[in-house]
Amino acid sequence: MKGAQILLESLKREGVEVMFGYPGGQVLPIFDSLYDSDIRFILTRHEQGAAHAADGYARATGKVGVCLATSGPGATNLVTGIANAYMDSIPMVAITGQVKTFLIGNDAFQEADVTGITRPITKHNYLVKDIKDLARIVREAFYIASTGRPGPVLIDIPSDIQLMDAEFIWPQNVEIRSYSPNLFGHPGQIKKAAKLIAAARKPIIYAGGGVITSGAHKELKMLAEKLNAPLTWTLMGIGGFPATHELALGMLGMHGTAYANHAIMESDLIIAVGARFDDRVTGRLDAFAPYAKIIHIDVDPSSISKNVNVHVPIVGDAKNILIELLKDIKQTPATGDWLKTVEGWKKKYPLTYKDDAGLKPQYVVEQIYEVTEGDAIITTEVGQNQMWAAQWYKYTAPRTFISSGGLGTMGFGLPAAMGVKVGCPQRVVFDIAGDGSIQMNIQELATCVANKINVKVAILNNGYLGMVRQWQELFYKKRYSQVGITSPDFVKLAESYGAAGICVAKKEEVRPALEKALKIDNTVLIDFRVEPEENVFPMVPAGQAINQFIGGLA
Amino acid sequence: MKHTISLLVENKFGVLARIAGLFSARGYNIASLAVSETLDATVSYMTIVVEARDEKILEQIKKQLNKLIDVITVTDFTKKEHLDRELILAKVNFSTKDKNKLENVFHKYVGKIIQHKGDSAIIEAVGDNVQIKALLEELHKFGVKELVRTGKLAISN
Repeated sequence: MKGAQILLESLKREGVEVMFGYPGGQVLPIFDSLYDSDIRFILTRHEQGAAHAADGYARATGKVGVCLATSGPGATNLVTGIANAYMDSIPMVAITGQVKTFLIGNDAFQEADVTGITRPITKHNYLVKDIKDLARIVREAFYIASTGRPGPVLIDIPSDIQLMDAEFIWPQNVEIRSYSPNLFGHPGQIKKAAKLIAAARKPIIYAGGGVITSGAHKELKMLAEKLNAPLTWTLMGIGGFPATHELALGMLGMHGTAYANHAIMESDLIIAVGARFDDRVTGRLDAFAPYAKIIHIDVDPSSISKNVNVHVPIVGDAKNILIELLKDIKQTPATGDWLKTVEGWKKKYPLTYKDDAGLKPQYVVEQIYEVTEGDAIITTEVGQNQMWAAQWYKYTAPRTFISSGGLGTMGFGLPAAMGVKVGCPQRVVFDIAGDGSIQMNIQELATCVANKINVKVAILNNGYLGMVRQWQELFYKKRYSQVGITSPDFVKLAESYGAAGICVAKKEEVRPALEKALKIDNTVLIDFRVEPEENVFPMVPAGQAINQFIGGLA
Repeated sequence: MKHTISLLVENKFGVLARIAGLFSARGYNIASLAVSETLDATVSYMTIVVEARDEKILEQIKKQLNKLIDVITVTDFTKKEHLDRELILAKVNFSTKDKNKLENVFHKYVGKIIQHKGDSAIIEAVGDNVQIKALLEELHKFGVKELVRTGKLAISN
C-alpha cells in the first residue's frame, strides 16, 4: 500500500467519517487516494475554517475531529485553529503535508517547520520520517488526542512518504510507555472530599468543561441534588448542568451573574469539577473565595494548585470520580440557610437588561431560545456576542454551547457551526455572531452552501468591535480607537454566496425573522441591527475581586 | 533558588526542543542542562538545573514536564539524596615559575593540568557545586582566560 492509502486506511480504522480541509502541492497523493475513499471530505474555503470545523465537530459529537492541509501556508493557516483546540482541550487530529524528506531544512517551496511551530499548541506532534511508522503514529495520535485531558495532535507527512510502498500493519494496541493518563481518582482522596463535604455549611459546586468532556453531567446533577448545593459553571461548563434547574446559578467570573460570584466568594467549600480556576473566573486571586476550602477534581495534575491552593486534589476522570464520591458521601450538609442567602442575592441582583428603546442584543438571544425551544446547538464568535449568548440562552444539555473559551478566537463561530451541523445533521445550529467576528471567516458561507450544510447565523450587528469598545468606554474615557467597523450589506452578501439573507431592525421583526429562517432550507444570515452601545453586564474589571461589579444593573 | 531535576526521555529528535520550549514558553530559566544516552539507547538522561522562585513554580515545572508525551520519568533531587558533579575546562595564565603553585591547587581538588602551551595552561577539574566554586576562586588568582562547564550531572544514591 502507498503511504497515502495507509493514512486513509488508518483513519478509517479509527472510525473517521468526515474530514475538513484543503488540497495543495504536498498532499496530492493523499487527495488522489481520497478520490477512491468513502471518507466524506468537506472542502473549506480557508484552512482556518477547516481547523475550526473539525473542532466544532469534535465538541458537538465527542469524537475526534480531523482536518487536513498542505505544507507551508496550508499548515500555518491551521495554526490558530489548533491553538484554539489546545486551549479548550478538544480532541483533534491535524494532518499536514510536508516537503519531501530530503528537502526538509532546505527552505524548499512551501516549506515550514510545522512540528516546530505547533509544538507549544499541540498535545503532541509527529513528523513521519519512515513509512513503517505511519500506521502506528496515526493510531497513537488518535489515542493521545482523545484520552486523559484531550487535545490536538498534529501529524506532518512528507510527500515522498505518502508515495512510498509498505505493508499495512495496524497495531492492535497502543503502547506508549511514557503516557498513561490517570483515570480513577485516589480512593483516599475521595474519602477526604466526602468528609469535607459533610462538614460544609455553605458548599458550592463549580463545574467546567471537564464535565462535558468526561460526560459527567448526570453525576454532576446527582451531586448537586444530593448535597442540595448551588452550582455555577464556567463558559466551557455551559450545558453541563441544566440552566433551568433551581440550584443553577449560571456562569461565574468576569461576566458571570452577580449571585454566582457572591455565592462563590462567601462559600466555605468549593467543589471544582473539571475546571481550572482561570483568571477570567477568579478575578483578583488573593481575594478569591477567602473562606472556602477547595476540592479540585481534574484529569490534568498540572491544573491543580496552579492558580489557587487546593485542600483536596483528586486527579482523574470527572465521571469516574463523581460516581465514587456519590457513594462515599454518607452525610450531607444542611444547606437550607445557605440556599436562602443565595436566593436573596438572586432577587437582589438579577441578571437583567434595560429593554427600552431600540433592538437589544440580549432580546435577540432570548428569542433564539424561544423560537428553537432551547433545542438548538449554539456556536458563538468572540466578544459581546459570546457573552450574551452565554447569559441569555438557557442551555440544558451538554455539547449544545460551542464557544472558543481559552484562546478567544474571533471567526470561530461560523466554521465551528459548520462542523457541528456535519456532526449533528438533525439539529438546528445557530451561530450567534458579531459584525466584526463574522467577517473573519465569512468565506465559509460558500462551504455551507456548496455542501448543503444548513446553518443559521444571527449577527448582532452594532457597527463596533463591541467588547473592545466597551472597555474603551469604561476604562479609556470613551476614546474609541479603531473600534468602529463597517460591514458589507449582509443580505446581499448572503445572497451572492447562494445563502439567504434577512435584515432585522425592529424588535417586533425578530421573532418572525427567526421563524422564517428556520423554515428556509438553506444557510441563512440574519443581520440584526442592534443598539450600537449596549454593554455586557454584570462586569468585573480585570484584576478586581469578583464581587466588585461595575456599571449596569448588577 | 536552584533546583536539580533529572529526566528520562525518549531518545528521539525534537525531544530536547520540546523540553527547552516548555521552559521558555512559561518563562522558567534553565541554569544548566546536560543530556546523554543511557544504557538503553532508546532513552536519554537529562540533568536540568532550574531557577524557581518558589515551591509552587517548581511543582508546575515538574507537572508540565510530566505532561510531555516523550518524558518517561521526572525526578526532583531537591529533597532526595543524590550525588552531583560537574566537569570544567579552564584556560588559565601560566608561567613555568607558577607550575608548582598551580599543581598545589590540585592537592585539594580533583583535577589536573592537561596541557600547557606558551603562557596558558588548560586544566580539567571535577567536583560538586561547592568544590567547583572554591576551585574557581583559586584559579582566578592565576587569571582565567576561558571557562567551559558541562553543567551539573546528578545521580540518585
